[in-house]
Amino acid sequence: MNFRDQLTGEADDPVLNEAVKHFKSSMDAWSEAAYRRPRAVVKMAGPRWRLATGWALGCLLAVGGLAGGVVEHQRRQELAKLAAVKAAQRAAHERLVAARSAAAAQEALDEQPAAEHINAVTSRTTSDQNLLATVDKDVSQEVPAAMEPLAQLMDDSGSQ
Amino acid sequence: MAAGTAVKPITVDDAEEIPAQEFASIVESHRPQIFRFLLASLRDVDLAETLTQECFLKAHRNWKSFRGESSAMTWLMRIAINLQKDHWRNRRLQFWRHTRANAVDLEDASDWLPSGERTAEQQLLAREKVTQVWEAVKGLSERQRTVFLLRYVEERELSEIAEVTGLSEGTVKAHLSRALGRVRAELRGSQ
Repeated sequence: MNFRDQLTGEADDPVLNEAVKHFKSSMDAWSEAAYRRPRAVVKMAGPRWRLATGWALGCLLAVGGLAGGVVEHQRRQELAKLAAVKAAQRAAHERLVAARSAAAAQEALDEQPAAEHINAVTSRTTSDQNLLATVDKDVSQEVPAAMEPLAQLMDDSGSQ
Repeated sequence: MAAGTAVKPITVDDAEEIPAQEFASIVESHRPQIFRFLLASLRDVDLAETLTQECFLKAHRNWKSFRGESSAMTWLMRIAINLQKDHWRNRRLQFWRHTRANAVDLEDASDWLPSGERTAEQQLLAREKVTQVWEAVKGLSERQRTVFLLRYVEERELSEIAEVTGLSEGTVKAHLSRALGRVRAELRGSQ
């Protein structure tokens, strides 16, 4: 090889020259084969398309997240409302039951003295009648036979 | 210029078109050599392709700064050497892992021989010699290997190697001498 530098002394060594020549040939062949090998071309999505897809997916995720949050919030509000209504109904029912029981108790309490009063009045009237009857019985004296016509006369005049 | 001669004005697009065509022709003519040098340096086809791409990308970006003081090949080779050096330096651990994982074995690299009129025995002997040179190249320092490959694979002149590597010609000769000594020792060791 005429381009080689004589100072390095490789021209004097035929073994070295041959080895280096083979090395270069080998390298040329390998490089040529590697350079011309078929390459798989993968068509990649363009940057604009990828950007648009990314934005679309991002927006979809954001909208989905927001919608999910809103739906969840509304669901919780409805549940809270239902719970409040149930609690109010339960409280009203309890109040009604309490009022009813209180009214029943009051009624019971009210009915007891009236009966006692009626009983008392009835018994008092009865006793008064009995007393009067007793008094009449005790006070009244038997009219002697001689006074019978006079007594009868007084009764007649009294009745008139 | 004669009166009445129509002069076509050069538009901005035309001005950019000329260097683009020029650069395309440079890529066309020099790319195989850059690839071969990087392949010989790295023994990794994929990595050599990647760095070749990077080399021309970098050259394209800095094309306006290329003043033509040296040949385009020298300029491109300098970029390739710097890229290889940067790759080696910056990702030393990863580079070694990558190289060890993807680099072709010396035996496989030695399989590549030009088909000629050689007999099977001659081909076997040639293959053996190529393997020995690969073994020697493997043991060289980065600088020695670069100089050796530029000299004996790319067949560059010493002055050009000095320009590409940024070394003096004396240093290039010293590196080359040590590299050859190593190859010679490897060849003699097997005999």
